[in-house]
Amino acid sequence: MELQAVLMAAGGGSRMTDLTYNTPKAMLPVGNKPLMWYPLNLLERMGFEEVIVITTKEVQKMMSTDPKMKLDVKMKLDVVCIQEDGDMGTADALRHIQQKIKTDILVVSCDLITDVALHEVVDLFRAHNATLAMLMSKAHEFTETVPGQKGKKKTAEQRDFVGVDQSGKRLLFMANEADLEDGLSIRKSIMRKHPRMHIKTGLVDAHLYCLKKAVVDFLADNKSISSIRGELVPYLVRKQFSKTTNCPKIKDDAEDQNQKKNDGSTNHGHSSCLSFSLDRSCWNDHRGDMSEAYHGGKLRCYVHIMDEGPCYRVNTLAAYIEANRLAPKLFEEVPVHPSAVISERCQMGSDSYIGAMCQIADKTSIKRSTIGNSTTVKEKVKVANSIIMHGVTIEEGCNIQGSVICSNAVIGRGADLKYCLVGNGQQIEPEGKDHWHEHTP
Amino acid sequence: MADAGEPEGPERKDDIVKAKQEGKELTKEEKQRLRKEKKQQKKSKEKKDDKPSRDSEKEKKPASAASPAPQTPTQPPAQKAPSAAPAPVPVPASETPSAADKPAKSKAELKAERRARQEAERASKGKKGDVGPQAAPGKPKAPPSELQPVVKRLPEHVQVDNPEVLKKLAKKLERQQIPLRSDYGYKVSLFSHLHQYSRKAPLTQQLGIPSTVIHPAIVRLGLQYSQGIVAGSNARSVALLHAFKQVIRDYTTPPNEELSRDLVNRLKPYISFLNQCRPLSASMGNAIKYIKKEISNIPSQCKEEEAKRKLLNCIDCYINEKIVLAAKAIAKYSIEKISDGDVILVYGCSSLVNHILCEAFEKNRKFRVIVVDSRPRLEGREALRRLVQKGINCTYVLISAVSYILPEVSKVFLGAHALLANGYVMSRVGTSQIALVAKAFNVPVLVCCETYKFCERVQTDSFVSNELDDPDDLIVTRTGTTQLEHWQEVPSLGLLNLVYDVTPPDFVDLVITDLGMIPCTSVPVVLRVKNVDQ
Repeated sequence: MELQAVLMAAGGGSRMTDLTYNTPKAMLPVGNKPLMWYPLNLLERMGFEEVIVITTKEVQKMMSTDPKMKLDVKMKLDVVCIQEDGDMGTADALRHIQQKIKTDILVVSCDLITDVALHEVVDLFRAHNATLAMLMSKAHEFTETVPGQKGKKKTAEQRDFVGVDQSGKRLLFMANEADLEDGLSIRKSIMRKHPRMHIKTGLVDAHLYCLKKAVVDFLADNKSISSIRGELVPYLVRKQFSKTTNCPKIKDDAEDQNQKKNDGSTNHGHSSCLSFSLDRSCWNDHRGDMSEAYHGGKLRCYVHIMDEGPCYRVNTLAAYIEANRLAPKLFEEVPVHPSAVISERCQMGSDSYIGAMCQIADKTSIKRSTIGNSTTVKEKVKVANSIIMHGVTIEEGCNIQGSVICSNAVIGRGADLKYCLVGNGQQIEPEGKDHWHEHTP
Repeated sequence: MADAGEPEGPERKDDIVKAKQEGKELTKEEKQRLRKEKKQQKKSKEKKDDKPSRDSEKEKKPASAASPAPQTPTQPPAQKAPSAAPAPVPVPASETPSAADKPAKSKAELKAERRARQEAERASKGKKGDVGPQAAPGKPKAPPSELQPVVKRLPEHVQVDNPEVLKKLAKKLERQQIPLRSDYGYKVSLFSHLHQYSRKAPLTQQLGIPSTVIHPAIVRLGLQYSQGIVAGSNARSVALLHAFKQVIRDYTTPPNEELSRDLVNRLKPYISFLNQCRPLSASMGNAIKYIKKEISNIPSQCKEEEAKRKLLNCIDCYINEKIVLAAKAIAKYSIEKISDGDVILVYGCSSLVNHILCEAFEKNRKFRVIVVDSRPRLEGREALRRLVQKGINCTYVLISAVSYILPEVSKVFLGAHALLANGYVMSRVGTSQIALVAKAFNVPVLVCCETYKFCERVQTDSFVSNELDDPDDLIVTRTGTTQLEHWQEVPSLGLLNLVYDVTPPDFVDLVITDLGMIPCTSVPVVLRVKNVDQ
């Protein structure tokens, strides 16, 4: 077996607590499908047959009852539950499942929505015998107004500084703005080996990593690393250029010659064979200096940067709204679920998506919105640019614009909501006029 | 030896034509067929409609004349891509449309068509049932038939512009569950029979990500080939053998199967896959032949563990003997030829030549090197780096300056991709030019080549069998302007990126192999001796 897929679905959604305090992030509906369906669909389309899903008990329960997950996902899901409040980082989770991991792994986060051609990332991993290959994308500006926030929010977004070499594939430098105290410092050893480096800041990390099995073994021994993105990746990127030819754990390929014959791993002894053939090959990944291919380094990190094509990480409210707008288009959703009951005098825009078992009454107008399963919309309601989750009841005469209504909420008669965020199970009183940019958790 | 008793039908018809041309003795059946053909021609002449029948005759003659031409250059049996029966199919096909075009179809033409169809059927049936030696006299091959009772049938070479061959290839790949890589861009018409792939469209695009059909080591190898990370004849063979070692290590015999047969069948789709990524080289072909022979020679009562160990051992031995030790032997012979004060010219990056020069430098020979390089690969830079790193005095020129620099040169050392059975040297494109200019300046040309690169193919020009690299490599950016970027939009423009060319033996003075220093014309002798050994 070449690669094992691991889906990290235990995240808490700490940046959008309004939505996630009741529903776990992995099961938030996007385009009427749970959020974790998207990465699972990506893996399935690529040809994976089994995925290890690391999640909490709550999500596991919701997964077993959700019809979309049961019907559409044909792969075998090996669900591993971890404690929700255990404060486990992603690297800790990998350590937890170390026994299950037999070959190189592909780690995906549950909030990734993309249609990237995965072979681009995996090809870098394979061809260069890399230790790490990851996916990044040019950040898209979010144009929709975010409900519950007055005015244009300009967050002090922590920028990531990513340094790549001239080909744009080899990852040389990665640091977050928070970690850089008084400036960006680059080691001389890197500059000597790669005199031309492109530093990019407008990139979004898709949290999709191909890691060698040796890295997982390394994690098992170094318990201090708890997050893949925050600690492991910068560590690996730094270690590419460290003088003491890396920590012995990761570099065990060259030494581990033919010991484990029946081990399914394809990596042991491979790097020595690769260097034997590279010695005779007339290829070099850089030119201008006297060193051999890869500067003789054994640890290599690669990145594939997507220029175009959707790639969203749904970890903030703005991203959630954007994803709801665009994700259904990606997958050519049927706009109206066959079991929804829609009366004839309802005006539905082509951009709207109605979930299963909905009841839409007369004289309603639904434009550019997503309506979840089992929602009831009564007469004379105008819904525009909004996201309505499951089980919501909207009484007559309401006017909802640019809002997010969470599950099981009840909007009273004649309410007028603009850019509001209504939490789970809340009730808006009838005739509530002119709610504007409000936030009712 | 493995191909005994399998002469292919298409060759028989062509054999007759060729045999007649060479004045060799015809066997009984060949004479019979000739008689039939003559009768057919006479009958169609006697009928009233002279014009259409003569036309159909003419069609037959050039068709049969054309078919020997593609037949002569053949490739080592390891080459899987094209299969046997293209020749008889085009021949009657060319006849029947020509007859169909004419307005009045005479009885004679119908008879001729029927005759042709019967012959085609017989040809395809004859493929299965014929005795081996019958085809032997038809084959103009150097090794005399008395030493070899059966002559190896080498499969036809690549014929991309022949839709039947392509269809057969597609069917074969489908059976093996390997995606078909599609050609890219406009191909120059002289080379339209070769594949031309784009590096930006790798074969892995069509494979599932955790590749289950193909072993991961082979997928990795295929990627490295197609991206050019592993390039050069020796490097590719070594990488191939290591990948096969990995495959053998991970292999388990399924129940009710024998390792010797099942493993060979397991390797076939891998070889097709690698061929799709980048056409196999002659050295790779020989290595594959060796491995297949070793696998089929495993006795059936051998236990799996022991069998695997034996195979891994064999592969290690092969690499050691044919590549590592051969390089040492060749270096030893070559150092005798390098004297102090020499100015040696090398072309491109040959691992063997670099090794020789480094060894000679270590043995304290005083010489300097001129590295000649050419676009688009610019491999000479890598050779330059390795030699300068050792401390050798080097000069670097591009191939356009070769005639200016040759007066200074005392010897030319060239590497080879393969040595053909008629003494021609197949090497990186530009080598024959260097050999030619060196000959004009009376500078000795020495080719260094291990014996495992000797191949039974016969080729006299660089057109018939070659490799086309990605044409986009020729698009060069100079100070930000890329003139050729939109070359596909210009309908009359084609970019040609050839990889190999063929140097005639008249330009080569000496071939240094691990068996010694031989003249170019002795290559068939070496091949014959090798075959007898096996």
